[in-house]
Amino acid sequence: MTQIILPALSIAALATVLAVIILIVEHYLMDYGEVDLTINDERKYKVTGGSTLLNTLKKENIFIPSACGGRATCAYCKVKAVRGFGEILPTEEPLLTKEEIAQGIRLSCQLKVKNDVAIEIPEELFSIKEFKGRVEAIDDLTYDIKLFRFRLKTPETIDFKAGQYIQFQAPEYGDIDESVYRAYSMCNVPSDQTSVELMVRLVPDGICTTYMFNYLRVGDEVTFTGPFGDFYLRDSDRRMICIAGGSGMAPLRSILKSMSPEEIAKRRPIFFFGSRAKRDLFLMDEWRAFEQEHPDFTFIPTLSSPAPEDNWEGETGYIPSIVEKYVDNVAEAEGYLCGSPGMLNACVDMLVRSGMPEERIYYDKFE
Amino acid sequence: MEELSPFVIFFASIFTSNILLTNFLGMCSYLSVSRELKTAWGLGLAVIFVLTCTSAVNYWLYYYLLVPQGLEYLQYIAFIIVIAAFVQVVEMIVDRVSDRLYAALGIFLPLITVNCAILGGSLFMVIRKYDFVQSLMFGAGSGIGWALAIMALAGIRRKMSRRSAVIPALEGPGIVLIITGIIALGFIGFSGVVQIN
Repeated sequence: MTQIILPALSIAALATVLAVIILIVEHYLMDYGEVDLTINDERKYKVTGGSTLLNTLKKENIFIPSACGGRATCAYCKVKAVRGFGEILPTEEPLLTKEEIAQGIRLSCQLKVKNDVAIEIPEELFSIKEFKGRVEAIDDLTYDIKLFRFRLKTPETIDFKAGQYIQFQAPEYGDIDESVYRAYSMCNVPSDQTSVELMVRLVPDGICTTYMFNYLRVGDEVTFTGPFGDFYLRDSDRRMICIAGGSGMAPLRSILKSMSPEEIAKRRPIFFFGSRAKRDLFLMDEWRAFEQEHPDFTFIPTLSSPAPEDNWEGETGYIPSIVEKYVDNVAEAEGYLCGSPGMLNACVDMLVRSGMPEERIYYDKFE
Repeated sequence: MEELSPFVIFFASIFTSNILLTNFLGMCSYLSVSRELKTAWGLGLAVIFVLTCTSAVNYWLYYYLLVPQGLEYLQYIAFIIVIAAFVQVVEMIVDRVSDRLYAALGIFLPLITVNCAILGGSLFMVIRKYDFVQSLMFGAGSGIGWALAIMALAGIRRKMSRRSAVIPALEGPGIVLIITGIIALGFIGFSGVVQIN
């Protein structure tokens, strides 16, 4: 009997002693106590040291965009470290440019708060919250784009600028054993404070869009953080050239629909909407009605490869060349673009070649 | 076994019986953390510390707990538990002392737990029937020898990354193994000076 019990007891005793030693060491070594966190020189927080900057900020209800969950792959969680953080870490190096490193930009998911620290983040991030909502409607816009409408539960209202986006959280489902965040722009107007509408195109094998298309049902609870982004209407007198493709219509719908009639008369927006064929077009009636309502607004749907049965009489071909056809003085206008990187880069190139300074081109690129 | 001076054991385990270059123990972290001299030095220090301490603790554990109870056959599991606990402690120390080293070592720090050089050190100590001082010297010497080997390799890899054109098929572990073989040949050349096994 002792032959069985003795070894088991010995090993158990040994493990216990070592565990106690580890706990004691942890207690003395890993306790950083309370430290001061200073943000933008003016806001001061008392936080418990020891965890990452990203998580420390989350505890203070400051949400830094992050898509990879702290694995140093998405590089969304960049902040400017002013003091209190050591040298750049090997895990950060591949994700930061030389200029960013020189400016002190760091990945907040890799930095640990161990002593008094100071950081700088854009002021807008303070209004970012985590929202819980309920799916109110899911409508088909085309065969692969759906409109999702979420009614907010907690907090009950959201303040955002037209053109901004939220990070939608897809929970674990099916074979996917990790929750992911993906960014989608609001397509409703900010005055509609109690709900959020998104236009989502199904990405083949996309973790988040597959969840939204195949698993999410009306009545389900959803979680998202926001609002994020610096794609919104700038105050000026210049004509607006808006270009979007597919679900890139979302932020521009929000921006255009939230403009007052006087503003539309002043800015004379022209909206080029690119699709492949007629079956990819959506909300055409809504834009036609908007055009009727505002004589200074022009809507130009274009198809890159219309099907023969489409009987398409509108514009076809490459958006950059169509823009030049409709707008005389491109150089004096302001550009608002949203869509796939390929289309966007071509359009930005065209606008720059026509003389529009790059700082007057605002865009929201899908990634 | 003839009584060897602890100092002979100490120097022999660094040079002529280098645990990595003559026994080829502790290869996985040796191959993967030898890209940068600084991280190699950090991991080397960690191995020296863990190897020395675990040799002492495991000596005590083996001769004062396992042998009297007739539980020698539990040596593997007992040694591994001690090593694992020590690595935890070292991990916390590194985390506290150097962020950069902590991030650079990343997954390899916990991997010291399964670094066979460390377990090998404890097992050799038992097989070769060292006394306490000999074990301590052997542990420290083996750790230093391991650190020396990984730093030598890191230095060579750094020079190589700047100057040499390596055949694509041999890039990475391939060329590193060949270099290690050549270094080992050099070390084996000294093995006639003193033998501890």
